Amino acid sequence: MSAFNAIGADREIEDEEFTPGIEPQPTWCPGCGDFGVLNALKQAMPKVGRNPDEVAVFTGIGCSGKLNSYFESYGFHTIHGRSLPVARAAKLANPGVEVIAAGGDGDGYGIGGNHFIHTARENHDMTYIVFNNEIFGLTKGQTSPTSPKGHKSKTQPSGSAKDPIRPLTLSLSAGASYIARTAAVNPNQAAEILAEAIQHDGFAHVDFLTQCPTWNKDAKQYVPYTDIQDSDEYGHDINDRAEAAEAMYDAESKLHEGEILTGRFYVDDERPSYTEEKQAIGEMPEQPLAERYFDEDTEWDRSYQLLEKHK
Amino acid sequence: MPEPEDLIWRIAGGSGDGIDSTSQNFAKALMRSGLNVFTHRHYPSRIRGGHTYVEVRAGNGPVNSRGDGYNFLLTLGDSFARNPGEDAYYGNEEAKPLTENLDDLNEGGIVIYDEGLLDEEDVEAINLEERAEENGWHVYPVDLRGIAREHGRDVMRNTAGVGFTAALMDIDPAYFEEIISNGMSGEMKEANLKVLEDAYELGQEVEHTHDWSAPAGDGHDEEQVLLSGSDAISYGAIDEGCRFISGYPMTPWTDVFTIMSQNLPKFDGVSEQVEDEIAAAALAIGASHAGVKAMSGSSGGGFALMSEPLGLAEMTETPLVLVEAMRAGPSTGMPTKPEQGDLEHILYTSQGDSTRVVFAPANVEECYTQTRKAFELAYEYQIPAIVAYDQKLQGELRNVPESFFDEEPNADPGSVLTEEEIAEAAHHASDKFKRFLHEPEDGSNVSPRSVPGQEGGRFLATGNEHNEVGHISEDPENRVIQMDRRMGKLDDIREELDAEESHQTYHGPEDADYGIITWGSQQDTVFEAVDHLNEAGHSVKAVGVSDLMPFPEAEMTEFLDSVEHAVVAEMNASGQLRGHIQKELGKYGDKMSSLLKYNGNPFEPRDIVEGFETSLDTGELPHTRMKYVPAAGD
Repeated sequence: MSAFNAIGADREIEDEEFTPGIEPQPTWCPGCGDFGVLNALKQAMPKVGRNPDEVAVFTGIGCSGKLNSYFESYGFHTIHGRSLPVARAAKLANPGVEVIAAGGDGDGYGIGGNHFIHTARENHDMTYIVFNNEIFGLTKGQTSPTSPKGHKSKTQPSGSAKDPIRPLTLSLSAGASYIARTAAVNPNQAAEILAEAIQHDGFAHVDFLTQCPTWNKDAKQYVPYTDIQDSDEYGHDINDRAEAAEAMYDAESKLHEGEILTGRFYVDDERPSYTEEKQAIGEMPEQPLAERYFDEDTEWDRSYQLLEKHK
Repeated sequence: MPEPEDLIWRIAGGSGDGIDSTSQNFAKALMRSGLNVFTHRHYPSRIRGGHTYVEVRAGNGPVNSRGDGYNFLLTLGDSFARNPGEDAYYGNEEAKPLTENLDDLNEGGIVIYDEGLLDEEDVEAINLEERAEENGWHVYPVDLRGIAREHGRDVMRNTAGVGFTAALMDIDPAYFEEIISNGMSGEMKEANLKVLEDAYELGQEVEHTHDWSAPAGDGHDEEQVLLSGSDAISYGAIDEGCRFISGYPMTPWTDVFTIMSQNLPKFDGVSEQVEDEIAAAALAIGASHAGVKAMSGSSGGGFALMSEPLGLAEMTETPLVLVEAMRAGPSTGMPTKPEQGDLEHILYTSQGDSTRVVFAPANVEECYTQTRKAFELAYEYQIPAIVAYDQKLQGELRNVPESFFDEEPNADPGSVLTEEEIAEAAHHASDKFKRFLHEPEDGSNVSPRSVPGQEGGRFLATGNEHNEVGHISEDPENRVIQMDRRMGKLDDIREELDAEESHQTYHGPEDADYGIITWGSQQDTVFEAVDHLNEAGHSVKAVGVSDLMPFPEAEMTEFLDSVEHAVVAEMNASGQLRGHIQKELGKYGDKMSSLLKYNGNPFEPRDIVEGFETSLDTGELPHTRMKYVPAAGD
């Protein structure tokens, strides 16, 4: 018998299971795009077939960091920008657990930018959802790495002199093997994309456009919502790096003009995940690390054998 | 012939000359010959060239410090002199290993220098002859490079130096032959053996002007192993079931990280070199959260980056073991020089009233046992534990009986529940597991935990203040209960430690009038000084403090009550341990003075002797390499 019976339990999963029995009152503002991520994630889980005990959601700090307060699973609300390193080690420790990390655009592309690049590069088998509302919300409306050039805020009163981050192309060049963008205002696509991202073997990055009606109500990307287009409609080969790069660049350029392109931009199903790479070179055991502590049959070697070279 | 004294052999050259490996082999050969050995490394922060030396002290009695000065110098010349054709000299660096080392050579000492590298003018320029006469040194010029060239390559002059040393010191060359034979193969092996033999023969033929030799080994009762503090920390972690390490290279922490990375896969463990130290500590937290015993670590600057995840581990009650290998600061300071300047940083870094366990082992044995204890406490009490040591203990080698490491492994993950136990554990009305239970059933302050993937164990871990199931809460009543429970663990740990064999080490007569307090890598040097002081008629005892948090209040109170005055000897400029003792005990400000050394070199026993005598006398130190700070009151 496994030490982790929740993992791989074979049964019908309902999306209500992911709503906490006694739900803390969400502190998100009315109309916040974060509700869209929460709902999409709940709808994605039955499609994936995972139950709450085998899912662990790691978040950073900010409005997005509260995701796992309202989502029933194992949760770890870490520190600003650090959800990815905590999450990826949990995956290495127990590959059977479904690991999802989430953060905001400041959290993920700003303070956590270094972790983002390296987690994508290593292609850890996990899903990373970035709530992209182009603003710092919880600290009350400062310019973020995705805020458009010229964006005025309390900390940049004359307007930002910086070009915004291009999260999709950054992700592609860093090495993510699944890259998509969706939007809170497109709930059906969002749930489908999250399900697909979670099922992908490798690092799946979903740039999730979330409106901030309190601090960023003028952002072009949310008005009008009807202009959203699906990536399937512009017909690039999502397995082709170069075509994907071009499509992403276009999508990112048009975002601030109010034309919103969403959907799957790049999928590489061939590339082995980091766990597989580590196992192939003999630096990662087949049996999950965590399981052995609960397995009475495990023989624990001691360092004594290493002393030979010290004699 | 006089009583054989300890041989303190210093080999000097440039980085890249094989100084380190040669000295290790030399130490191992002497250990095999039946002597106790101790090594001390000194190296610059550069890859090639510069000035580097290693001392090997060997004797039949205990050799637990580098000793005072040294009595045998083998200089190889700088590595840049290896290819003279390339004009890669900087000034007169080929003479540097000779000139830079003479100041500390004891009276009557022996010098071997490489005649093949140094011209007569070089030697004349440094007045070697005059100085030798003044100090009674015995100088042996020998063409080490020539011998090396004859059978192999220039770089083998280290082997030539070892062979010549063996002849001058009456050491059986068979021990060196054996190490060369086992450690090398093919042409390399043959060439080195030839070089050794030739140099040894030459050393026997030259006229010996000195009349002392290395002590003959009395032998050991049991098999010995030659280990560094970093080896012992790594092996302690492995034996305690650590199967995950994450890190970012930084001197001197890199040592443990490298040893673990090279060995963990053999034990089905995982090692991760990651993007920075914030990530390194965060990964260890993630692995530990998911149910694996995990470790990370760094040195001063990298540890500063870990301050944030360290607090997260405290708040989420995730077990975590960190190693802090100190080097001289502030900032990047002196990368390859030891200091004990990070104590306050280690004790207090991170926001809020943070809690952690901090151990500072003093030698190889303590590195092993206290690392194991750090893991045990971290996983039982769900609290970060830090093993603090320094660049000195990181690299120095000592022989320890092999049987010392004959300890059973401990894979107990501490306060983690099995799924059966979770099913019977306290649950929230929402069916959520009460991970942060206000009042754990056993009356302790530890709320047992679950790990992701376990059925029925769902909870939220968060760095924000949280309620019993982990949800963010600013409820004042909950806040106080959770704070008190987390902080209460330190009292529980103190109680557990007090009930066991003490980590503090005492030396000298119990009823001594004066005390010396020290910590970490300086302990055994201080103990050696205490012996000298008592022989000289003083009445002194010493304590080496290893438990820095929770602090051994009762033990230290007893020690300080029992002496008229205590000198706190440590390697930093501000007397951090002394301040910590005063803070923890709330008194003794008028009873403690400080002896401080922070020039990049650890104390030698004679520094302590001198400093102690000064503290009784004028408060003026005769030289500038130390600072004395008198007692100041509370």
